[in-house]
Order: sequence, then C-alpha cells, then structure tokens
Amino acid sequence: MTVKAWLEMAIHDAERRGLPELKPLLEALAKATSALRTAEWNADATGEFASDAEPGSRMPGPGPEHGR
Amino acid sequence: MAAEPQTIGELSRALKARQTTAEAIVDACLGRIAERNPTLNAFITVFDDDAREQARDADREIAAGRHRGPLHGVPISLKDLFDVRGAVTTAASRVRQAHVADRDATAVAMLRQAGAVIVGKTNLHEFALGTTNEESAFGPARHPLDPSRSPGGSSGGSAAAVADGMCYASIGSDTGGSIRIPAAACGLVGLKPTYGELSTDGVVPLSPTLDHIGPICRSVEDAAMIYDTLRGDRRPLDVARGGPADTAHDSRPLRLAIPRHHFLATLDAQVAAGFETACERLRESGATLTDVSVPHAGDIAAIYLHIVLSEAAAYHATALERRPEDYTPNVRMRLEMGRYILGEDYARALRGRELIRREVDAVLEGVDGLFLPALAIPAPKIGVPTVRIGGAEEPVRNIMLRCTQAFNVSGHPAVALPCGATIEGLPIGAQVVGAYGDTTGLLGVAAAVEAAFTAPVAATETYRGPGRSR
Repeated sequence: MTVKAWLEMAIHDAERRGLPELKPLLEALAKATSALRTAEWNADATGEFASDAEPGSRMPGPGPEHGR
Repeated sequence: MAAEPQTIGELSRALKARQTTAEAIVDACLGRIAERNPTLNAFITVFDDDAREQARDADREIAAGRHRGPLHGVPISLKDLFDVRGAVTTAASRVRQAHVADRDATAVAMLRQAGAVIVGKTNLHEFALGTTNEESAFGPARHPLDPSRSPGGSSGGSAAAVADGMCYASIGSDTGGSIRIPAAACGLVGLKPTYGELSTDGVVPLSPTLDHIGPICRSVEDAAMIYDTLRGDRRPLDVARGGPADTAHDSRPLRLAIPRHHFLATLDAQVAAGFETACERLRESGATLTDVSVPHAGDIAAIYLHIVLSEAAAYHATALERRPEDYTPNVRMRLEMGRYILGEDYARALRGRELIRREVDAVLEGVDGLFLPALAIPAPKIGVPTVRIGGAEEPVRNIMLRCTQAFNVSGHPAVALPCGATIEGLPIGAQVVGAYGDTTGLLGVAAAVEAAFTAPVAATETYRGPGRSR
C-alpha cells in the first residue's frame, strides 16, 4: 500500500470512528512514514533499493509531531 | 526550609556518622511537600505515615550498627508509573484510577532493600506520552523556579520534587528523554542507563523496546549510587569519584566527541551559548573535543515515532476502545495515531534502529563519550505549543526530544547534567553518552565532566542556577 493510499484510508476510518481531529496527526505521520520508506538503508527484494521506488510517496513539508 | 545536606552522598555520610537522623530529614522533606506541592503539583500521592515509620526504622538500624549502604534512610520518590504495593499506580490518568498494585515493582523492592525511604509518587505526563507534563489527570506539574513554566517531562513531577528539596532523588522512566529532559530543565542530573540493564517489571510501559528507568538527582555521584542499587551491585562505591571504586574514570584528560550535525543544528540561542561555554570549560580542564557526525541522524525521529507509537498502541488499544473519555484529549489522539501504523513500517523502523545503533557505536570509537546538549530549549512556558528558534516556529514536543531520543533508539547510556543557565536563571543541561553496556564507565566520565564545570545542584532556596553555585 502506498503512503498516499494508506493516508486516505486512515483518514476515512478516523472520520468513520468520529475522530476527525486525527486528520492532521495522520498527515504528519504520513510524512514520517514517507521518510522512513525512502531512507537509503532500506532492504529491497530486488537486491537494489531505489529511493524513488514508490513514486510520489515522499510528502513535502515539515516532519512529524513526535509521540514523546 | 530546604532539607540539609544537599546530596545523597552528603546525607549518607551524615546519617552513617549520626550527625543527623533519617526522621529529621524525612520530616523536613514532608514539610517541604506540604508547603510547596499546592504550587508545584509535583506529587500525586504522599506516603506521610509510612515514610516516617520507614525513617524511624532506618534510624534504629543505623544506631545499632547495621548501615545498609548509601541509600539507607534517604528520602526518594517514584514517578507514578512504578507499582507500590497497596497504592494506586495512576500513570497520571483516569484510566488507572481503579488500579491498586498487589506488589512492589522490582526497582521499588530493591530501593526498600537498600533502606531508602519512599516518600511518595510524582506527577507525570499521562502515561509518559509527552515532554511537558501538561497533560495529566491531576493537572500540570510546575517548574520550581518559575511555576508558569513546565519542569519538562514526562518525569516532570520527579524533577520538580528533587529540585525543590521535597526529596533527594526520584526514580523516573525514559522512553525518548523523559528522565534527561526534566533533569536538564530543572538543573539536575538524570541517568538513562544502557537499554535493558535495570528492570522495568512493575512499571507501566510506554514502549517496551525503548523504555528505560533511572534516577533524577543532584549529582553524578548520587546517580551512581542509585544505579548501583537498582542493578544489585554490592561493590563498594568510591563516593569521591562518582562510581564503583574499580571503574571510576581515571585521571587521563577526557576525550569527547560532539555530534554537531543535526543535534546542535536547532538550539535556542542561550542554550547554544551555554553549551559552547561548557565546551570551553572542558577544554580549559584539559579535555579534547572533536566534532563527529551520526550519518543518518536525520532519520532518527521517524524511526522513533514508528516504534513508540506502535508499541504504545498495542498496550492501550483495549482501553482506547472501552474508556476513551478517560484519557486526556491529546494523549488519546497520539495513541490513536499509533493504531494506524502498518506492520511493514514498524519493521522498517526496527531495521533503522540497528543502523543508528551501529552509527552511534562508530562515533564513540576512540573517545570517552559523546558530548551534546540534553535539551535544545530552556524550560518552556506551560500551554505554549511552539517556540521560535532561528526565525522558525518549532513544535515544543519535537524540539524537546531532539537531543535525547537518539539514545533510546540506539540503547546507549546517557547522563544529563547541568552546565549553565540563561540570563533569566533557567538551567541549561548537557548530555554525555557512553559506550553500549558500560553505564558505569559513563558515570565515571560524567563525574569528570561535572567536576570540570559545575558543582552539585542545591535545592531551590539556595539555588542560584547550575554553574553559579561554586
């Protein structure tokens, strides 16, 4: 699942659960997830990781708000 | 009136020599709590009667020649995540209001065995999920020097209590910096040992693969005494040198490495200046300081976030479904965020953690420790969500974690200690990071750093700011 698809599903589910205030937090989390997925140190089944393996997945803007 | 003497080392020696009594010291601490807790909100529970009884027992044993060691008769508090038999472990949450512990946490049992007097349980950020202590079912803990400010968190009540003379030390937990951040904010020493060294049995978890426990206290020597007690070390302490006699740092000049890239890139101007002054004092003492870089430091926040939120969500999922209204709103939302993290991304974060661990190992090669700030800003105002640094608005929570969370991810031991003060008198904290598995060696290095630029911090009434007290 791409980060974009994940974010859409997560926001939809949060709204369904009556938690619309989760949206900005999920958007921030998506940026962190994008950074994690595109980090150069990830392993890849093809044997050669490409940081743009998921086109359009890196999301612009500042980093996430941390849990603690 | 602040209790005298000021550190556990001084108090222990005075008790053993029978120059004072545990009962008198505990009475003074309880009096201080009664006087100041309505303002600072540092304690959730105070064990008045039990503490006095424990103190009298300690005095009887010491008078009979049975001195158990450096913590015997010493008043200590516990972050209210630690189980104490017969008491509620609130975790600063209404979710836990019906909980009563049926036994002591392992760490609490070890403190009792050592003769420590447990005076009470301290306030925290709800379930330890925050850096300011603002979100607590019991209201925010407040900074002893300026009650409009946060004492840091999540072990904020612990730091406020120690800094204000309500007890001599407090045992906290640290998942992203929650011992070192409030220690730095309040001008104290805070130790996060190597991951896994001290038992978290009987401690409410936040993120089990990142959680550590350790002391908040007034000197490195005190931290060493508590660390040795909590790991069951019975070797005699060299109290003058801040560690067990056979492992205290030797007299060779310190070799320290500063991970300037990333960690020092976003600092409050006064913190930056205070840190550079501390570096200069270390150089004047003969230390060698070199710059190093943790290559993937920029990935640490994302790695940390995916681990801490996933693990916290696993622990809280049932309560979030059954009693969501019993959480404070912001903590509830951050926990809910963790429920959406995919397993594949948690696995990526675990892989990233191994990389960071290796990179921190690498920059520690050939030096005695890393040296960096513990907290990028002075104690923030309560209720203020952002701070301005270098022309940019930064979320308080992010900026408070920036210098500490790396070493929860990597598991390396780290000590926060005071290194200066702002022009307003607010403490500035430095941090020393040691080799994985060598917390005792780190304490020796930290004692040498402490000796180079600061004296043990006094309680508030005589407090003039770290670095100004000698």
